[in-house]
Amino acid sequence: MRGDLPGLLHRNIQISVAAGTVPEWGLSLLSEVSMAREKHQKKLKKILITGNEAIAEGALSAGCDFYAGYPITPQNELIAYMAKYMPESGRVFIQAESELAAINMVYGASAAGARAMTSSSSPGISLKQEGISYIAGAELPAVIVNIMRGGPGLGNIAPAQSDYFQATRGGGHGDYHTIVLAPAYVQEAYDLARTSFDLADKYRMPVMILGDGFLGQMMEPILVRRRSPATKGHNKEKPWALTGCEGRRPNIIKSFALAEGALEQLNLKLQQKYKVIKNKEARFEGLFLDDAKIVLVAYGTMARIAKSSLTRLRLAGERVGMIRPISLWPFPQKAFCPRSKKIKYLVIEMSYGQMLEDVQLALNGKAQVEFLGRSGGGLPSEEEIINKVKKIL
Amino acid sequence: MEKIFFPPESLYDVPTHYCPGCGHGIAHRLVAEIIDQLGIREKTIGIAPVGCAVIAYDYWKFDCSEAAHGRALAVATAIKRVRPQNIVFTYQGDGDLAAIGTNETIHAANRGENLTVIFINNAVYGMTGGQMAPTTLLGQKTSTTLDGRDRQKHGYPLKISEMLALLPGVHYIERVSLHSPQEVLKAKSAIRQAFENQINNAGFSLVEILSPCPTCWGLSPKESLDWIRDHMQKEFPLGRIK
Ligand SMILES: Cc1ncc(C[n+]2csc(CCOP(=O)(O)OP(=O)(O)O)c2C)c(N)n1
Ligand code: SF4
Ligand SMILES: [Mg+2]
Repeated sequence: MRGDLPGLLHRNIQISVAAGTVPEWGLSLLSEVSMAREKHQKKLKKILITGNEAIAEGALSAGCDFYAGYPITPQNELIAYMAKYMPESGRVFIQAESELAAINMVYGASAAGARAMTSSSSPGISLKQEGISYIAGAELPAVIVNIMRGGPGLGNIAPAQSDYFQATRGGGHGDYHTIVLAPAYVQEAYDLARTSFDLADKYRMPVMILGDGFLGQMMEPILVRRRSPATKGHNKEKPWALTGCEGRRPNIIKSFALAEGALEQLNLKLQQKYKVIKNKEARFEGLFLDDAKIVLVAYGTMARIAKSSLTRLRLAGERVGMIRPISLWPFPQKAFCPRSKKIKYLVIEMSYGQMLEDVQLALNGKAQVEFLGRSGGGLPSEEEIINKVKKIL
Repeated sequence: MEKIFFPPESLYDVPTHYCPGCGHGIAHRLVAEIIDQLGIREKTIGIAPVGCAVIAYDYWKFDCSEAAHGRALAVATAIKRVRPQNIVFTYQGDGDLAAIGTNETIHAANRGENLTVIFINNAVYGMTGGQMAPTTLLGQKTSTTLDGRDRQKHGYPLKISEMLALLPGVHYIERVSLHSPQEVLKAKSAIRQAFENQINNAGFSLVEILSPCPTCWGLSPKESLDWIRDHMQKEFPLGRIK
């Protein structure tokens, strides 16, 4: 699969010329262009790196002060990268005794004002859910990385996208959300790791980076910001953090709201925050939406394969477009505005139809929605997508 | 007239929610007095457990965090690693520290985290209505051991302090009790020791406090103190463990 990736950008540009349309390039592309410019200013350097390592490097460059994790395939490169580079700049790395401990360490580090992150893969993320719920309730910023593998149960270590429901519906107990960002490229994994820390701090809530085993383990050349080993963590003052109460009233970090009506107030506050995020933080990449008769919808690694199918279909003269959600929560609902009732959507996932439900909700009956998905080790191939599109068209 | 007895600065002047005769209030006060004596209130960060002491932060006048049930030592580990200049302690019940949180307890101790742990052993799950705890005595009746704890069905009272003492990362462990004024004074000096150890960067220090729970034991406050003296301390001998 990696073989057809380097040419992708190139081919997209050819297609846009051939089709006479200007694609709405996604965030990753835009940032690559602006980063290429910055590179001349010698702020950037090019490195060859896996998706897992890119997330770690993005976190380091965002000033992550604290990392705790527990080994699990396919995210082990991430924990290893953090073990290597966190201590050299005086930041904290802990190999925790379990995912439970790791997420609660993240809770503590964040309560003390640090930029904190943990990473895992599906079974480990299930274990972290209680902690994520506490982090949401206590309104703490935190970054959680899930490099998904197949489930349910121990499943296997093959890439999958079957934790979409868990990630976008809260996952743990209570009425809460995490912002969920789904990179499809190693460059984007780096960029979104940086973005995650800013969003977490801005909204004081957990942000999840949702990737899959392909993305985690695939190597690509990317541009990263230069970072000296001595670069310290973030160290921004957070007036609510636990630092000792010298010169102020004591701070308390908690999710418990015992007083009459207090928990309802907390929930209303959270809902208010989620409303703002839904309006402001939805991200997607759209391709050929202005003339497409059929729109492919896919995220993460699946979107890359869908893009290759789209390329071949376009070159064969088929009017195919694509929506690649980059934020899964908030879901980019506004991207789903079909020009006519005849436009069809094909949702493609490495699961048996989870994002499908969000697409159906976004379209609310305004267009026909078809689905193609595999899970548990398999994933739809370029050919399968092309055949499905031809059948639908 | 000269005032010689003050409420500690580290305690808010509010009534607590604890039952009459409960040990938690005494233990809170001892911690507050020591923090005052050591002059560390403004740099202390306390971790309240899930258990009857869940809102300890409403009584202590210094920075505090909640922790999920059993996870106080994971939370404390991270806070102390991020802010080594602060004094960080956990306050945990026996269910919290020695059942659901055993893993976090053992590994924080084994890493030798420079933390202070106040461990309240009341031989039951107080908050949820008096079920069997890992520390429940053999024969002790609880709402989940109606005929008393039976070694064959429920295993033995867990001596987590003795277990932790085996770990090279652990610096100090002492078991104390609240069943008489003399014992309360000993408890206070053990708590002082455990905080001083942290100030001196000596490493993991834990004080286990045998603490009355008249409500779940079905005894009067006075009978509860006697029960600690006559029964509980036989299973859990007082004194320095490490
Ligand atoms: C994950 C989870 N499981 C169970 C509970 C319910 N629960 C609250 S406190 C408690 C036991 C507390 O007992 P202990 O730690 O001995 O504290 P005590 O109340 O006796 O001081 C339990 C089981 C919970 N809050 N969270
Ligand atoms: S139930 Fe027991 S431990 Fe809880 S407040 Fe009452 S006496 Fe104290
Ligand atoms: Mg108890």
